[in-house]
Amino acid sequence: MNVKSTIEWLVSDEPQSARQAWLGQLFIGFRAFQQNVLGMTGLGIVLGIIIIAALAPVIAPYAPDAQDLSHRLEPSSAQHWLGTDEFGRDIFSRIIYGTTYTLQFVTLVIVAIAPIGLLIGVTAAYAGGVVDHILMRITDIFLSFPRLILALAFVATLGPGLGNAMIAIVLTAWPPYARVARAEALRIRNSDFISAAKIAGAPPRRIVLGHIVPLCIPTIIVRGSLDMGSIILTAASLGFLGLGAQPPQPEWGAMISAGRQYFLEQWWISTIPGIAICIATIGFNLLGDGLRDVLDPKYR
Amino acid sequence: MYINKTFFREMAKVLFSALVTLFGLLILTFFIARLLPIDPVLAVVGEQASEAAYERARQDLGLDKSLFQQLILYLQNIVQGDLGQSFLTRNDIVDDLKRVFPATIELATTATIIGVLIGVPLGTWAAAKQDGWPDHVARFLGVLGHSVPAFWLGMIALLIFYAKLGVVPGPGRVDDIYYGLVTQQTGLILVDSLMQGQIEVFRNAVSHLILPATVLGIFSVANISRMTRNFVLAELRQEYVTTARVKGMDMRTIIIRQVLPNTFVSLITVIALQLGALLEGAVLTETIFGWPGLGLYMKNSLLNADTNAVLGGTLLVGVTFILLNTGADALYRILDPRARN
Repeated sequence: MNVKSTIEWLVSDEPQSARQAWLGQLFIGFRAFQQNVLGMTGLGIVLGIIIIAALAPVIAPYAPDAQDLSHRLEPSSAQHWLGTDEFGRDIFSRIIYGTTYTLQFVTLVIVAIAPIGLLIGVTAAYAGGVVDHILMRITDIFLSFPRLILALAFVATLGPGLGNAMIAIVLTAWPPYARVARAEALRIRNSDFISAAKIAGAPPRRIVLGHIVPLCIPTIIVRGSLDMGSIILTAASLGFLGLGAQPPQPEWGAMISAGRQYFLEQWWISTIPGIAICIATIGFNLLGDGLRDVLDPKYR
Repeated sequence: MYINKTFFREMAKVLFSALVTLFGLLILTFFIARLLPIDPVLAVVGEQASEAAYERARQDLGLDKSLFQQLILYLQNIVQGDLGQSFLTRNDIVDDLKRVFPATIELATTATIIGVLIGVPLGTWAAAKQDGWPDHVARFLGVLGHSVPAFWLGMIALLIFYAKLGVVPGPGRVDDIYYGLVTQQTGLILVDSLMQGQIEVFRNAVSHLILPATVLGIFSVANISRMTRNFVLAELRQEYVTTARVKGMDMRTIIIRQVLPNTFVSLITVIALQLGALLEGAVLTETIFGWPGLGLYMKNSLLNADTNAVLGGTLLVGVTFILLNTGADALYRILDPRARN
């Protein structure tokens, strides 16, 4: 099959199979996304970060924890492109290795909260009545806190550390997903094809898992991709407060915190991880906006 | 103003909903405090306590009772204004919070005022001249506000304006020599110093406040200008704007006299929520600027595993959030008859 006929097959108005229709939608979405300059920029940045993280040992000239006490607190030079920190560790290498922490954190958190939010939201919408009322009340209560403050309360009792910081963010970040999933599920629940499935005798489990949940997924993806930037910021904030990643882990927030006492003289130690955080956050935010434009019909 | 039976019923509904959320909040903090793996008894008596001392402390804390009884006890204490003692300062947490919270209010309010004074005109301008340079500035600020860590921006600002240029004083609320000159009345040092005629302290306090408030204010401007822009754009699509245009009014007059007043009601909600969101930013920037508010207090408590104090602070932030939300909701219904059903 050559390229032209493949494209025709993809954009066909009369797809012969569910797979063809699905791939076709994906292709059309991707073409729309390609038109979106900012979205593509975001995708580029995110892909760049993923590649850097995957190739970290190859790219980084030094090990992230290799100390060289005779070269402490040095500014940018040919040996150390971005200078060295208080233990003479190469900041460039630490920034490179820091990408793995950021990516891991975002991925694990999103993978955990999306299903939780989806489950709670769809259950509330499908069950309705008292169940809906109670679940949404709980959601409201969680939303009545700024996210970071509630995460602080959880970390305070769980104790500091990267894993606990992740748990804290998961425990605080699911409510918006539940809200979005519920709204979407309510809309779908009342459509004709669900009534048809019910009349045909489909059990509730099949209706929820087979019909409603799959249709809620694009909305959840949009919500998740819009959220990634702020998850990175929260993770960095916890690291900065000394509650997330612990030294000597090269996590960017913790690096900023460690460089604070030298900041007024050796400003680069804290400044550079901050720039890295900004770039990563901007990348994820732009990607999220672009995905929303493609996936959310309201923005098409 | 339509104050009648329906109105009171509406207000009662708003209030009831706030109370339910508040109750849920208390239960949430209770469970965070009780269901997690730290032993609060050990924190009180220390590792080397004898069996008897441990048991006594356990009974004092009410931990030998059932979870439900503990919850009732916890709620009783809170209603009586008792949040327990801080392990770190040995003070009642309520007293600690009373001492530190005004500093945070002062910072967050000033930042919000900056946000409104700059954000509303900027957003309006951006909407009026879509894709013009004010629009680009607003958009850039929007990206900045969602991508830059607040604590890092604070550090950079301190580096440039304090260390390099020397145009603002360093950390703290006032210089050391002014410390203690003003007795605490409202806790807001700007207000207290003015009331006591200490103009010099007031001036010094303003100079200390400017930088942290501006840093926080940038995040506020980012949000408020974006929302203002959306509201104004939505209004501009209304038919009355076309009518006014057809009658020969110029755009500037239409926007200032007719469009903007129509957006105020929605803006109030945004501003109230923004003020609440700044409490989160305050936790991070207070650390940088040595601002003796709730954020610094919570951070120090966190680092010393002072769980009670952290939960007290969390509760305070949650209550403030609910109050702001409820206030905005009530005001919205009072000002906009359409919001009442």
